[in-house]
Amino acid sequence: MTKYIEEAKVVGQRVLNATTKQIDMIAPRIAAEAVPGQFVNVQVSQRTAPLLRRPLGVGGVDKNYGAISLIYRIVGDATNILADVCSGDRLSVVGPLGHGFDRNAEHPLLVGGGTGLAPLLYLAESMAEEGTRPDVLMGGRTADDLFWKELYDGIAGQIGLTTDDGSLGTKGTVMACLPDMLEKGNYDCVYVCGPAPMMKAVSAAVLERGIKCQVSLEKYMACGLGACLSCSCQGTGKRVKVCQDGPVFRAEEVTEW
Amino acid sequence: MVRYLYHNRLAVDIAGLKMKTPVTTASGTFGFGLEFTDFLDLEKVGAVTVKGTTLAPRAGNKGQRVVETPSGMLNCVGLENPGSEYFLKETLPKLRKYKVPIIVNIDASSPEEYGELAAKLDVKGVDAVEINVSCPNIKDGGLVFGTNAKSMAQVVKEVKRNTSKVVITKLSPNVTSITEMAKAAEDAGTDALSLINTLIGMKIDIHRQRPVLGNVTGGLSGPCIRPVAVRMCYEVAQAVKVPIIGMGGIMCAEDAIEFFLAGASAIAVGTANFVNPAIAETISPGILEYMDKHNIKKIQDMIGLALPGRC
Repeated sequence: MTKYIEEAKVVGQRVLNATTKQIDMIAPRIAAEAVPGQFVNVQVSQRTAPLLRRPLGVGGVDKNYGAISLIYRIVGDATNILADVCSGDRLSVVGPLGHGFDRNAEHPLLVGGGTGLAPLLYLAESMAEEGTRPDVLMGGRTADDLFWKELYDGIAGQIGLTTDDGSLGTKGTVMACLPDMLEKGNYDCVYVCGPAPMMKAVSAAVLERGIKCQVSLEKYMACGLGACLSCSCQGTGKRVKVCQDGPVFRAEEVTEW
Repeated sequence: MVRYLYHNRLAVDIAGLKMKTPVTTASGTFGFGLEFTDFLDLEKVGAVTVKGTTLAPRAGNKGQRVVETPSGMLNCVGLENPGSEYFLKETLPKLRKYKVPIIVNIDASSPEEYGELAAKLDVKGVDAVEINVSCPNIKDGGLVFGTNAKSMAQVVKEVKRNTSKVVITKLSPNVTSITEMAKAAEDAGTDALSLINTLIGMKIDIHRQRPVLGNVTGGLSGPCIRPVAVRMCYEVAQAVKVPIIGMGGIMCAEDAIEFFLAGASAIAVGTANFVNPAIAETISPGILEYMDKHNIKKIQDMIGLALPGRC
C-alpha cells in the first residue's frame, strides 16, 4: 500500500448537525486505495498555527469520482478553519494511512458513537456492496447526535439507537442495548469505533461471549506515519503504533484504552 | 575542520561526513527514514539521522506524549526505541540499500554506556553518531549530561575513544551559556556540533486543571523555537571551529538559509517532517534558487555571511 500527499480539491461541505460537518474532496490516488478503517492526515492551513495535520477517518469513497468524504466535529482551531473551507479550495491530504478493518464476517454488528461512526459508515457501505448489510448500534448524548441514522439508512440492516437523555431510542449508552442485540443477533464479528470508554465496555462484553471484536483506536498523533511515536502504546507483548499497526486492532490486542 | 567538496554546489563535508546536500533530518522526527520512502527519495537527503537509539529497548513515557502549541509542539516520547540490537539486525540492513549517510543518535545513562553503545555501532553502514546529551524527557541520561560541561566532556571522550565514526554532539538550549557547552564539547574532541535540541516547556489543561503531558514537561519544537535556534547557532559559530549542523523549526528553504548565514555548515529538518513528509527533499532546490538569485556559487560561500565582521 502506497501513501500519497495529494492536493485535494474540495467539492463540497454539508452541515450534519450544529457541530458536525462532512467535507468531500477529490483525491484520486487516495480514493483508489483507501479501505474502510483507514484515515488521512489533513493540513487545514498553510500557516504555522495550527501546525500539525489532523487525522480523520475516511467516511466514504466514491471511486468513480476519485473522491473521499470526511466527517468531523468542529472542536478547536483546526476544525474551525476546516469548517470554513469552500468548494474549489485545495487541501493537502496525506493518506491512506494505517490498517483497515478485516471485513471477513458473515453476520457483522457495527457499534459506534460520535465521529467514530464515520469509518464505520464506509465499512457498512463496503459490506453492503459486497452483499451483507450489517446491523448497527449507535449511541449519542441526545437525538441531535444521531443524524447518523439517515446516513446508514439503506446500507445497514437493523439499526439500534441509544441516547444518554432518552430523547431518541433507548435511554442510556450503547451498553443498554448491546447484550440483547448480541443475544439475538448471531453475530460473528463486532466492529467498534467511538469514545474509549465505549470501546472498552463493548469489547469486554463481546469477547466475553466468544465473539470476535475489532476496535478502531483514536490517539493523539503528529505524523500518522509511525515516526513521531506519540500514538505508541503497549500491545500484547510488544509496542504498537496506532497510526501504523492500527488504528484497527483485534480487541484482545489492546491493553491500554 | 570543515573541508568542502567542489563538484556539487550543495555538497558539504562535515568533518569527513560527505553529504550531497547540507539538508539532513533531525533525530526523532524522521523515524528510521524508511517510514518516509513513499514521499521522498532518501538519496536526495544529505544524511538521515535516525531515532534516538539506546543499548536496550525503551518503552518511552506513559500518558499523552504530544500536544500542539502555538506554531509548535511539545513532546515527551521519552526515547522509545527498539534498542541497538534490533537496529543493527533489522533496520540498518534495510537502510543500507540507500546511498545516503546514516547518523545514529545515541543516548545512555553513563559515559561508559555511551562508549559501549558507540563501539557497538562502529559498523559498516553507520557513518556518524550523534551524542544525545540533550533529551529533556528521560531521567537517567540525556540532559543530565548536557547541562554540565564536565560530564558532557566525559561522554564525548568516551564516545570518541570507542568509535572510528564521525562524532557529532547535540547540544541542549536548556543551559545558561550554550557557547560554554559548545567549547567543552569541542575541547573534548567532538568532530561537529548539532544544535538545538528542544526547549523544555509545558502545557496545562485548564479544564482538568493538570498538565497535559504524561511526563508533565516536554520538549518544544517547531517554528516557534527558530529564533532561539538561529541566535544560538550565531553565537556558537563564533565560539568554536568545528562545523555546526543547525536545526530548530526549519519549515522551508528560507528558514534553512538563516541558519547557514548564522554559521551552520548543514541543517536538519525536524518537526516539519510531520507536517510535510516530503520536506527534507524539497528544501535543497529552494536553497539553490536562493544561491542563484544572490550569485552564490557554492554553499560554503554563504556559511556565516551574517556573522560579525562578515556583513
